[in-house]
Amino acid sequence: MSLILNSKKNTLIVRVGGDFDLVTANEFREKIDNSLEETVAQNLLLDLSKITFIDSSGLGVILGRYRKVKANQGEVIIYGAKPAILKIFEVSGIASLMPICNTEKGAWELLEKKSFKGA
Amino acid sequence: MDKILNNKIKLEFMSIGENVALARITVAALVSQLEITLNDLEEIKVAVSEAVSNAIIHGYQNNPEGIVTLAAILKGHTLILEIEDHGVGIPDIPKAMEPAYSTDPERTGLGFVFMQSFMDEVKVISQIDSGTKVILTKQISADLKNIAVS
Repeated sequence: MSLILNSKKNTLIVRVGGDFDLVTANEFREKIDNSLEETVAQNLLLDLSKITFIDSSGLGVILGRYRKVKANQGEVIIYGAKPAILKIFEVSGIASLMPICNTEKGAWELLEKKSFKGA
Repeated sequence: MDKILNNKIKLEFMSIGENVALARITVAALVSQLEITLNDLEEIKVAVSEAVSNAIIHGYQNNPEGIVTLAAILKGHTLILEIEDHGVGIPDIPKAMEPAYSTDPERTGLGFVFMQSFMDEVKVISQIDSGTKVILTKQISADLKNIAVS
């Protein structure tokens, strides 16, 4: 699994690649939590375009970060997921919980809209 | 022409997270001997991942010394998967299979939901302090327009 973390405008951008299962979930949880603390980012953008597999262990970590960010009045937006990965989000019900965009541009636009509404 | 195949494999492995990928990739390689759609292949991989993750996390409570057994049987177009552990067992099977029920707050409790959504039949046999066996069955129908390229 690969994990690239960047922060921009109060937002942490996480690009996840490879298989996202029990093993990689633990690593992801730790790194993203550390990064959220270090950068003091309020929002989280998750780029899932390079994900090749996800199961409930991976979803659990995303859901955990969602709860954490939401508790801090932030937003979590997912983007770039392939149809097979999107299906997992739909079956789990997570797709109705957090916004899912096609592109990074779409995710930023939605984040700006949400931030404006919340201001 | 539609391919008919009878085959059987059995795999025993330590109860460590790294073996979740090993299990699903092995089963994926087996079912790819059939003409299978990418959709079915992805669904089977998720179901295997969930059953093996449950054996490791819940059955053996993350004790790496536990041994998980995976048997995969192809009978024509029927896939039967048996995932077995000799761990703590499930005290209340219907409760464990409820959506969003989990003994761990960092988990979704969706493992059985995925197994039930992606396989035709899910059977759980469990005994306290003796272990759990999950039997997953799926009919694999070839959709010639949408075959996974191996």
